[in-house]
Amino acid sequence: MKLIAVGILCVGILMGCANKAPPTLYYQVGGNAGIEKLIDSFINQIGNDEQVFHYFEHANIAHFRQGFILHMCMLTDGPCKYSYVGDSMVDIHTGMNITEKDFNHVVDLLVNAMNEQNISHPIQNKILSKTAPLRADIINI
Amino acid sequence: MLKIRFLFACVLLLISLPIFASSGKLLATPGVSQIEGSGGGGIVPWAQLAGYASEDEFSVNGFCSRADVSDYALNVCGAQLNLFNRVELSYAIQHFDVPALNTEIEQSITSAKIRLYGDIVYSQWPQLSLGIQHKSLDDGTVAKLVGAEDTSGTDYYLAASKLHLGALAGYNWFWNVTTRYSEANELGLLGFGGTNAQSKFLFEGSTAVFLSRELAVGIEYRQKANNLNLSEQDWNDVFVAWMPNKNISVTAAYLDLGRIAGADDQTGWYLSVTVYW
Repeated sequence: MKLIAVGILCVGILMGCANKAPPTLYYQVGGNAGIEKLIDSFINQIGNDEQVFHYFEHANIAHFRQGFILHMCMLTDGPCKYSYVGDSMVDIHTGMNITEKDFNHVVDLLVNAMNEQNISHPIQNKILSKTAPLRADIINI
Repeated sequence: MLKIRFLFACVLLLISLPIFASSGKLLATPGVSQIEGSGGGGIVPWAQLAGYASEDEFSVNGFCSRADVSDYALNVCGAQLNLFNRVELSYAIQHFDVPALNTEIEQSITSAKIRLYGDIVYSQWPQLSLGIQHKSLDDGTVAKLVGAEDTSGTDYYLAASKLHLGALAGYNWFWNVTTRYSEANELGLLGFGGTNAQSKFLFEGSTAVFLSRELAVGIEYRQKANNLNLSEQDWNDVFVAWMPNKNISVTAAYLDLGRIAGADDQTGWYLSVTVYW
């Protein structure tokens, strides 16, 4: 039981740190320039990947890049004007039949891209926690 | 001892085969292998199913573990089959050394687990699984000697687990709670039931923080019944799990197992390796 008490105490201390209001995630990844670099790394990862490249084969790269940069800006609470009216996540992915496995593989590629851009582990996790809820609008449709 | 050597040999053989690993889950999310053979931590079965199979895949895993405490040692080897991340089937053989009695107790455990709901990363609510572990002693002499009623028994458990991304100052936080129905004494190694048969619903829990994608540190707790009137005590451990890729995991732990069959302060070390295909 002592171990449990120590564990709860540790969790409590860490929670305390988490409660300090940090600058938005957008600034922590380096603002617009940081996000552009991240998305370029990500596109590069996908382009070199045999397992999932076929999903993107017919995508307009420039369109995809712009859309993803804006989406990431909004997900990270950046100061992006909501003037962009794109297709919904569901519309984009309907008919692609993306599997659970391939979705997770793309998450692995995003992690690779974040590593490539030297984004710290805690910031990476915060980005993943913002993007994880999108899964329901992406897979098996 | 022959059987465990055979299982160990099987694990070695599988290691040498070309890799056809399933890799549909995120790194580290299946957890490792617990001492009864189920996917879990070290002493607690978790809601995740062992292995990296996603809903379109199957996977096979093999593991061996050793626990060394003051007066006893436990060796376990086993294998798990994950079918479409819905069903986990496993088999494990435990060898419990009791040097003081110059004896060795062997127990085999056949288990199944079904995922009822969710995904530890993506679903809004925790992943939920129901499991069963059927245990059978090879030779029930010691169990009968200490007053156990049976030499085989079945545990049932319900487990819930969740991984919270970035929840602790940006680090990923994992927790699992398990409720087990069991009549086992010291995992079943000392038989099942007894003259002091107690409440059969037991609580187990684990929590861990991921320091990186590959490395987690955590603690576990497992409540124990005291059916034999031998002051069986609850178990605790502190563990470090290293999952460098989707083919292998290595877990080390410090164990505090309290009093076991009359011997106090059973503390010591635990090492476990799981390989995944």
